[in-house]
Amino acid sequence: MKTSSKIYTALIMLFLFAPIAILLVFSFNESKSLSVFSKFSLYWYKELIRDSETLNAVKNTLLLAFCAAAISTVMGTAAAVGMNKLRNRYVRAVMDTATNIPMINPEIITGISLMLMFVFVGRLFGAATSLSFWTMLIAHVTFCLPYVILQVLPKLQQMDKSLPEAAMDLGCTPVRAFFKVEIPEIMPGIVTGLIMAFTLSLDDFVISYFTAGNGFQTLPIRIFNMTKKTVTPKMYALATITFFVILALLLISNLSDGETYRQMKLAKQKKKAKS
Amino acid sequence: MRNASAPARRGLVYRMVLAPYSVWAFLFILVPLIFVAYYAFTDQNFNFTLDNITRFFTATSTVNDGAVTREIHTYLVIFVRSLKLAVISTAICLIMGYPMAYIISRASQRTQNVLITLIMIPMWMNFLIRTYAWMTILQDTGILNGLLARIGLGPVHIIGTEAAVIIGMVYDYFPYMILPIYSVMAKMDVKLLEAARDLGCNSAGVLRRVIWPLSLPGVISGVIMVLIPSISTFYISQKLGNGKFYLIGDAIEGQYAANNLHFAAAIAFILMVILLVCMALMQRGANKKAMVM
Repeated sequence: MKTSSKIYTALIMLFLFAPIAILLVFSFNESKSLSVFSKFSLYWYKELIRDSETLNAVKNTLLLAFCAAAISTVMGTAAAVGMNKLRNRYVRAVMDTATNIPMINPEIITGISLMLMFVFVGRLFGAATSLSFWTMLIAHVTFCLPYVILQVLPKLQQMDKSLPEAAMDLGCTPVRAFFKVEIPEIMPGIVTGLIMAFTLSLDDFVISYFTAGNGFQTLPIRIFNMTKKTVTPKMYALATITFFVILALLLISNLSDGETYRQMKLAKQKKKAKS
Repeated sequence: MRNASAPARRGLVYRMVLAPYSVWAFLFILVPLIFVAYYAFTDQNFNFTLDNITRFFTATSTVNDGAVTREIHTYLVIFVRSLKLAVISTAICLIMGYPMAYIISRASQRTQNVLITLIMIPMWMNFLIRTYAWMTILQDTGILNGLLARIGLGPVHIIGTEAAVIIGMVYDYFPYMILPIYSVMAKMDVKLLEAARDLGCNSAGVLRRVIWPLSLPGVISGVIMVLIPSISTFYISQKLGNGKFYLIGDAIEGQYAANNLHFAAAIAFILMVILLVCMALMQRGANKKAMVM
């Protein structure tokens, strides 16, 4: 890299990470001040652990993300398999457009549109409030689905078509060929889709805000409610923990990537040695 | 007989695995959008009305800036302001992000991976927290003014201005600009750049005639991915603009919070139509450009 490139990269990184660094530093501040650092303390972390409402929100967020990611991955993978085999051009175009809508539409419109429908249907059944965990789950599955489909579909298109045929020639039933041959081939796409769905669901605020019932609070909604009033560095403690969890997950996934790469290399070498 | 029916049966299986998603997409993607239109064109008792739509275009309010009291079209002003701030933020993201994407795409594979991971890390932190971090930095008694005071510069008042809202938007959506441009540039054939140079192009020429046109698809998706969330945001403007700069997202959220669902739907409907038209135009413009090339 040229020196000018290095300087530019450093400036951009400063812009990206300075706010995060400030959060980290001030989460350890003893006083409530957000501009003067007085003394190192873990006071705000203790406060955070005592905040049962926030901890409950963390639990809700994880539960919702697990359910939304699992449902959207299974349904999305099945949808991708079906869409890949669609012969009718018009049906295919309709399916593609429908899949693109939640990604192109502003989140606020997706949120409002689902909310309007839930409220309307709820009123038909005479319910006072129709928004709950279930409406939120439906909303999260809906905006996660396109991302799963768009991860799996290219893998299906890249796959060697003769592989499942060979499996069937060798006596596999189509279903068995699908699970034994096609699924392992498209597995990387499914896993990426699953991870994307999970993180999107964890992080979503706007759509959750419109579709959440009173009783069910996720972490982003909790943060929103906290920042309505004056904020204590408790939230910074929360942000710091999030940051390190993300960092740990990234490192683990990078390490395991390196590990699989190393194993693949080893396997190749063994193969070579055999032949 | 069996051979003839096997492919037909397999076709049925494929249609069956697609069925749950088809039903889901119909019920939870298409039907809700119809509900937006339905609410937008009806009143509280679900009778047809155009009031909500006309209200958007005709509602007025008086503003008092200093000595002058003026009558303004409330929602049109809000819409123009949203558009202005979103366009400025998108332009800044593009100007800052394009060179960055280029630098990354020309680095070694290892450096590329590290830099892209670094750029994605802030995306994984909740955008509410990221926005809030800027609030602490930009406050009148915040860290920025503390630093400025230390080097002997007077305090600057940023929070509650349009500049603060733009900073927030640029910070929150910056990665969405870099990633698509980078992914197009990383696939670019280096030989093309070398060929252009061999044929007598200088650096500026290579950039203008080869790199820029080839990276255009990435630029377009980057622009869309920054423009759409920043035109419809409501948290950033409330926090960093101190609620003084009502944006179109704030208008929708405000009507929702006031349980005025029909008017909220009308604003959302208008926003959706305008964005659809814009995107269709952009896509057409891009296709034309691609054809000329």
